[in-house]
Amino acid sequence: MKRAMTLAEKILAAKAGLEAVEPGQLIDVPVDLALANDITAPIAIKIFREAGIPKVWDREKVVLVMDHFTPNKDIQSAEQVRLCREFAREQGIVHYFEGGNCGIEHVLLPERGLVVCGDIVIGADSHTCTYGALGAFATGVGSTDLAATWITGRTWFRVPETIKFVYRGKLRPWVTGKDLILHTIGDIGVDGALYKAMEFSGEVIKRLSMAERFTMANMAIEAGGKVGLIEPDRKTLNYVRKHSQREPLVFKADRKASYLEVREYDCSKIEPQVAFPHLPSNTKPISDVGHIDIDQVVIGSCTNGRLEDLALAAKIFKGRKVNSNVRAIIIPGSPAVYREALRKKYIDVFVEAGAIVSPPTCGPCLGGHMGILAKGERAVSTTNRNFVGRMGHPESEVYLASPAVAAASAILGRIASPEELGLRVEV
Amino acid sequence: MEKIRGRVWRFGDDVDTDVIIPARYLNTSDPKELAKHCMEDARPDFARKVKPGDVIVAGKNFGCGSSREHAPIAIKAAGVACVIAESFARIFYRNAFNTGLLILESPEAAREIEEGHEVEVDPEAGLIKDLTTGKTYRCQPIPPFMKELLEDGGLIPHIKKKFARVRLEEDAS
Repeated sequence: MKRAMTLAEKILAAKAGLEAVEPGQLIDVPVDLALANDITAPIAIKIFREAGIPKVWDREKVVLVMDHFTPNKDIQSAEQVRLCREFAREQGIVHYFEGGNCGIEHVLLPERGLVVCGDIVIGADSHTCTYGALGAFATGVGSTDLAATWITGRTWFRVPETIKFVYRGKLRPWVTGKDLILHTIGDIGVDGALYKAMEFSGEVIKRLSMAERFTMANMAIEAGGKVGLIEPDRKTLNYVRKHSQREPLVFKADRKASYLEVREYDCSKIEPQVAFPHLPSNTKPISDVGHIDIDQVVIGSCTNGRLEDLALAAKIFKGRKVNSNVRAIIIPGSPAVYREALRKKYIDVFVEAGAIVSPPTCGPCLGGHMGILAKGERAVSTTNRNFVGRMGHPESEVYLASPAVAAASAILGRIASPEELGLRVEV
Repeated sequence: MEKIRGRVWRFGDDVDTDVIIPARYLNTSDPKELAKHCMEDARPDFARKVKPGDVIVAGKNFGCGSSREHAPIAIKAAGVACVIAESFARIFYRNAFNTGLLILESPEAAREIEEGHEVEVDPEAGLIKDLTTGKTYRCQPIPPFMKELLEDGGLIPHIKKKFARVRLEEDAS
């Protein structure tokens, strides 16, 4: 009888053309999409040129997104983008994003329909695992591995063991996918899923919006995971059909698949979470946070820069003012998100409240530009990392949270729950 | 592959890629420029004081965070000959070999070898010797194909060399 397989194993076996695969096995697979950005592409381009190969394997499957330092922050970053632009023109790269059509890569690609269920995606960006929310085997690699795929159209993987995470119960008010993944990372640690596939399941996951599922898959890497997968359901297929012409390939885990470990969470016990400096695993429930004054709030990024995230923030900002000690920076994740946020008047709400609305960029998340912290400053951010110096000065601090907590904190000037504003969640 | 001998620089658990090379310096991929800022936010004097052949010893999950290949490139260009850790983050592990940076997993050595000690590393034999204490630790020896890859300076130079050799042999036959 055929071996019962996890979701990761099912995708990899099918793509490798094998009846079954098992953890530890080394396999060679074709790649459906190979992504790079303005930081990682220049190294890959240099390597590609040194290899002396004239053309990339498929100009429709190489995606270049100039999102990290956009709008270019200095001469050097502009030069890096020029190098990418010239490469894209020379190679006839179809999906090259710069300037006005550029969004944050992991918000942009699913929205443009470039990734569908069952794809194998590699990206020279660690948050490539975001597409696991579509049931795509998507993972981050370095520029060298990426350049090798530009040449051959293939890559190799060691089939990972899978840890299954089951989320049960009813979510408490203001608890989002961001809180679930922060809680999970707090539970298993930043290397709790090192080299492993994470499979997110359970009734709570089924009820999450696609935006929240992307948030969860996005942060699999913060637990060391290779991929963070969610089995496609009706919601996934509706999303994919709305955004893409390509046919999704739906894989589901076998019922008798063997997991390295199964962890279950009773979500009715999970509060909104805050990850304290300087690790995403350093989480506390909001009721344990205490009084922490803040200087900046960032709402956006590949983790929480989607329309649903901005809607949640707008609900809290509406009719209120950003605290006079706080700079609140809102970053729509893509031009489409920006446009929709304009149409739905969220941008009005943000500007009325005294927030700063930024163009789509990775900017402050990685301490690049557009919102850098000074020595001793503290930020509440909906991004994914709070390492030392991540958003600026090595002695600054980043606290990770959901858009709801970030928005409430911007208004109160300290880390706070929306409940403190007397707000109710509509169910 | 030659033995390595150098001074130990100790770091803790979960040394992330933002500490190895902060993103504010990623507006270039020039190894020399990157080396100047290696480990800057953890130890501002590291890049100035590290000597060719020195060794980094660290705890678990070394290199966690971003996929930036600039991280192993910066460490290598700073002169570090080898990183010994309890464990490595997945993307960093692959990037290190691909860019020709020697890394060794040895939980015992990583826990015990102290800052400032002199160590001798024999990658092919899989031996790490703390010359200050005299204690020897074992790790997985570097297999021959990986040894060649590291000696060639990473995956791409290695592949190029292999292709050149094949062409040479074809020409000769």
